[in-house]
Amino acid sequence: MSELLTEAAAVSAGGSAEDVAARRKLPVLFWVSLGWLVLVAVLAVVAGVLPLPRPTETGAGPARMGPSAQHWLGTDSLGRDMLSRTIYGARVSLLVGFTSIAAGLLVGGTIGVLAGYYRGRFETVAMGAMDVLLAFPSLVFALALVSFLGPRLSTVILAIGVLSVAPIARVVRASTLTFAQREFVLAARTVGAKNRRIIVSEILPNVVPAALSFALVAVAVAIVAEGALSFLGLSVAAPTATWGSMINEGRTLLQEAPHISFVPSAAMFLTVLALNFAGDALQARFDVREGRL
Amino acid sequence: MSGRFIGRKVLQLVPVLFAVSALSFLLLNLLPGDPTVAILGPSATTEARVRLRHELHLDRPLVTRYVHWVGQTATGDLGKSYVSGQPTTEALRQRLPVTLELLALSQLLALVLAVPLALLAARRPGALLDRVSTSAAFGFLAVPNFMLGVLLVYLFAVRFRFFPATGYTALTENPASNLRSLVLPSFTLGVAELAVYLRLLRSDLIATLAQDYIAMAKAKGLPAWQVLLRHALRPSTFSLVTVAGLNLGRLVGGAFVVEYLFSLPGIGALTVESIFKRDYVVVQGTVLLVAVGYVLANFLVDLLYGILDPRVRHVRAAH
Repeated sequence: MSELLTEAAAVSAGGSAEDVAARRKLPVLFWVSLGWLVLVAVLAVVAGVLPLPRPTETGAGPARMGPSAQHWLGTDSLGRDMLSRTIYGARVSLLVGFTSIAAGLLVGGTIGVLAGYYRGRFETVAMGAMDVLLAFPSLVFALALVSFLGPRLSTVILAIGVLSVAPIARVVRASTLTFAQREFVLAARTVGAKNRRIIVSEILPNVVPAALSFALVAVAVAIVAEGALSFLGLSVAAPTATWGSMINEGRTLLQEAPHISFVPSAAMFLTVLALNFAGDALQARFDVREGRL
Repeated sequence: MSGRFIGRKVLQLVPVLFAVSALSFLLLNLLPGDPTVAILGPSATTEARVRLRHELHLDRPLVTRYVHWVGQTATGDLGKSYVSGQPTTEALRQRLPVTLELLALSQLLALVLAVPLALLAARRPGALLDRVSTSAAFGFLAVPNFMLGVLLVYLFAVRFRFFPATGYTALTENPASNLRSLVLPSFTLGVAELAVYLRLLRSDLIATLAQDYIAMAKAKGLPAWQVLLRHALRPSTFSLVTVAGLNLGRLVGGAFVVEYLFSLPGIGALTVESIFKRDYVVVQGTVLLVAVGYVLANFLVDLLYGILDPRVRHVRAAH
């Protein structure tokens, strides 16, 4: 996932130069995407009070049934309600996506700002360490970490969070570098502001929007990574509903009940697409660049 | 290519290889509780556990173990499976060709489709073909490979029985059915790469085509296709090579998923099987192999830049 993120930065940096006009106003697609994300997030939060069968309740309806009035998205091979499972699956995906990237932002962002501001030996060492982290093939790293520590929600978040540190640190450093040379920083220093103050009140307000918009794309990548792990059966254990494990469960029933795989696929696809759209729109606006290699 | 350029790259390789090997080594230490219990299971006798403890040198200090382990690894000994008794290196040797073939085919597929599409799209930016291919690429980027794989199986193996959904025939056994069994897997793995390469090469081509020497070539009356192929393509492939190299890591990760999905007997499937069998020594071996392979592949890509773009040898010296 780290190489994915690096490349996401490279690709969007290439695209952002194309239309200057789009930078002024956020496109309609951004608001549609945001709407979908809010809908999914709200459903995930209030899942417990929705009038739905429990996601783990087997025999809530006849097994392998397509969408109907009782079960809007049908039932799976054990007769569990697919709508309920999809909404509860969103909980896992969003929780993993946002917490791991939040942790990555905290650690990677701090490293990036300090490296970009102070430069010198700290920068060399820190960025060298980041390069080493990036040298590991990411999904394999996550797979190894999760399988040796034991597949649990916390280890999945840890593994994906660790993987997000290096790409985030790189982007934040590149962004810090450009702002640290600007005249307002020089002005602040001339009037006697200390480093800490310059970082907090001059650098951070400029770097944070760019970092957050990159983080949205990172969340999408994190959700896909969690999906891959749970597809392989290496995320939160069954019978907890996750999108990846639901897709995997439906795989053997593609002939008679393709909806079992397709419903969670659609949910994940739309969520990832929405995060990408929203992140891209914001990156174009805040002009995120990753000092391209 | 100068020897100093290669020498510097080799020097950069050393710490990375150290870190990668140390991390793979430390994996066994991450096992919660007593690693001998985790490996042998709770029903193992004390005697067997003591023997394993000794075999894995768990009774020695960490640094000694690491040095010993590196030494063993260098001689091609990655330990043996505690489930089947098979040496890890032998298992890896059996499984590696499948993974390599899958990786090569999907990378090939992505490049073979991306280059002509990008050329066609860049020739008339904003035209129908350009817009369709660009937005399709964006859409495909949002499709995780496990999802795409399931969709392809549904379409081409369940609905229309063009290709087998699972299973694998060795290349030496029957080349035709070997390829048939790899069509869906390589497509699943290659599509995201295709999308990335297409987007990248297209935007780089458009940038290159705006350069003065292209106008010059056109002014000399060279045919459009010759300008595209002979003047614009090579200078535009720089980011493509970079990303193709970086992507190897994702491809390997993706290969794990795709092998599992299509029951291909490669390294990825071996890893996943071994994880479920708690065969941790084998997992450690596959992780090391994949990580070192990835690092070396990236190293080769780095050298390749030097050939493609001579400026790198000098400009990057400062980096």
